[in-house]
Amino acid sequence: MNIHEYQAKRLLHDYGVPVPKGYAAQTSREVETALSHLGTDETIVVKAQIHAGGRGKGTFVDGYEGGVKLCKGRNAALDAATRMLDNTLVTKQTGPEGRKVQTIYFTEACEIAHEYYLAIVLDRETAQSVIIASTEGGMDIEEVADKTPEKIIKVPISPTMGLRHHHCRRVAFELGFSGDQVKQFARILTGLYKMFWEKNAMLVEINPLVTTPEGKILALDAKVSFDDNSIFQHPDIQQLRDLNEEDPKEIEASKHRLAYIALDGNIACMVNGAGLAMATMDIIKSFGGEPANFLDVGGGANEEQVTAAFKIILSDPKVEGILVNIFGGIMKCDVIARGIIAAAKNVDITVPLVVRLEGTNVEEGKKLLRESGVALTPADSLVEAAQIIVKQVQG
Amino acid sequence: MSILVNKDTRLVVQGITGKTGTFHTQQCIDYGTNVVAGVTPGKGGQLWEDKVPVCNTVAEAVEEHGANVSVIYVPPPFAADSILEAIEAEIPLVICITEGVPVRDMAEVRRRLYFHNTKTRLIGPNCPGIITPGECKIGIMPGYIHKPGRVGVVSRSGTLTYEAVWQLTQKGHGQSTCIGIGGDPINGTSQTDAIRMFNEDPDTDAIIMIGEIGGSAEEEACAYIKEHVKKPVAGFIAGASAPKGRTMGHAGAIVSASGVGTAEAKFAAMEDAGVSIARNPSEIADALLKIYKG
Repeated sequence: MNIHEYQAKRLLHDYGVPVPKGYAAQTSREVETALSHLGTDETIVVKAQIHAGGRGKGTFVDGYEGGVKLCKGRNAALDAATRMLDNTLVTKQTGPEGRKVQTIYFTEACEIAHEYYLAIVLDRETAQSVIIASTEGGMDIEEVADKTPEKIIKVPISPTMGLRHHHCRRVAFELGFSGDQVKQFARILTGLYKMFWEKNAMLVEINPLVTTPEGKILALDAKVSFDDNSIFQHPDIQQLRDLNEEDPKEIEASKHRLAYIALDGNIACMVNGAGLAMATMDIIKSFGGEPANFLDVGGGANEEQVTAAFKIILSDPKVEGILVNIFGGIMKCDVIARGIIAAAKNVDITVPLVVRLEGTNVEEGKKLLRESGVALTPADSLVEAAQIIVKQVQG
Repeated sequence: MSILVNKDTRLVVQGITGKTGTFHTQQCIDYGTNVVAGVTPGKGGQLWEDKVPVCNTVAEAVEEHGANVSVIYVPPPFAADSILEAIEAEIPLVICITEGVPVRDMAEVRRRLYFHNTKTRLIGPNCPGIITPGECKIGIMPGYIHKPGRVGVVSRSGTLTYEAVWQLTQKGHGQSTCIGIGGDPINGTSQTDAIRMFNEDPDTDAIIMIGEIGGSAEEEACAYIKEHVKKPVAGFIAGASAPKGRTMGHAGAIVSASGVGTAEAKFAAMEDAGVSIARNPSEIADALLKIYKG
């Protein structure tokens, strides 16, 4: 799960990491209040809050440029916020459809002497947290790692030993800090690690971490993502979930414990198991079709879930055909068949439907479908199913 | 004709009295697996379904019933603790079926597995389990699609493994052992571990590796294959059509924004290691049979 910059900065602040003073607003009234709270008529930074990077270089759909603005004074900030709020921002990470901006974050501006990069990630290969730091902050870190790998500092932290002072000192010295800045940096890294660990984060990233001309270190941007499997332990983090940032179909699917991801194509898939679901998308593509979604109904889906899955699939206007591919193990084919029949009664399936069943209770499942009168094309193999649906959709 | 589990396996089921544990334990017993004990803390002394003794601890199941393999069906918040309990009871093989285990818990478990005195191999979590056809089935896979034979199968995916196994069985080729290593980013047994074991197993003649996008487990396995494996190997990677930056159902199945873990990179590694590639999930068995006559 991802959160917004303003939420991430509040968390950082709670863990003792210095951030510029800032206020978030979601309505024009709140914009006024936020600006009053900020109480400055100096330079104000106005930042569109969406779950995607590249905001500064992004463009709004109405042509307004930049999701991050340095504004001279309160009125300019008010203008910028008014242009951004409820507008749709397109960045290199949002895709061409962009994201609607529903929250604006105002912060004090600060003078920058140097920009650094600091992050902690959980590395899957070594099962350790890794501190990643660089003197090349404020840029795309992947590009830095690609072009100048020697400028990336990586320090692994054992989950059983945790972060120690020597780790902090080592990173601070490698970044070129000295004197009081080493102490400041150690406090920041310690807070960041504590937050990473206590909140079960997969990634915490400060880019840029800056020094001011006075020598103070603070976080100017922040990104945090959490382990979905651990969210149940953190009700405070759950509350930070912003449903506006998610596809409504994905929200509906998660209510029914279905794993659904919307894609751009026109052939919907319903499959049991994540690997088989991906493979089904792959095979549709290999025959020249385009999958409309990833949908894993899981190992133990019931009729109600299958019906819900059909409703979600059909609520996507792009869908022109449906491929159901079930290899019954735990999931019994007759249950899927009953779900399809129930769905056909409840939902008007107006597009071609191809069903491939294999595995546990396959004969019973096929018999139920045959006798139901539901308009569908049965297929005996995955290849056959994919070929038929692609052909039916492409006409 | 197998690795890790066979007819001498003495299984303890952690979480035997739960709904999932009960259902799958019965399925495994029906297949012929020797279930010697179950563990549900607080229910020690009872008999599960009038036939399997329930213990309070894994240590008790080992001492009193000679359990040498454990399977775990406990809910995600308690799964890591159950794995650690089995490790400390020195069970040689632990299979964790549970889906949704916190990643940080698994990081701690993996560090524990690295201790020099660890006697345990972990398979999973978030996996279908392991089966040596005709001898021992541990986990949630349908037994009847398998057939005893000499092809080893290792996979990150559950149902996609069934697909491959079913293709093999229909073409008359049985399996020595099939291992599902699970779809989580941090797990106990890697593709490389499984392939090493199959390579060293005199009763396995050929290997199928099924991977997914995300991470570098398949690339590492291919490096091992190139160096050490003379047996024929075929492979498939799911997720070539998946978009970047989205987790595709399995927590581990994600191509990062920078493009690490793509299907193309993994297919290229397989090509380099001389692995026969199935570009299409329905051709996994065929890809093997091109280079292995059985």
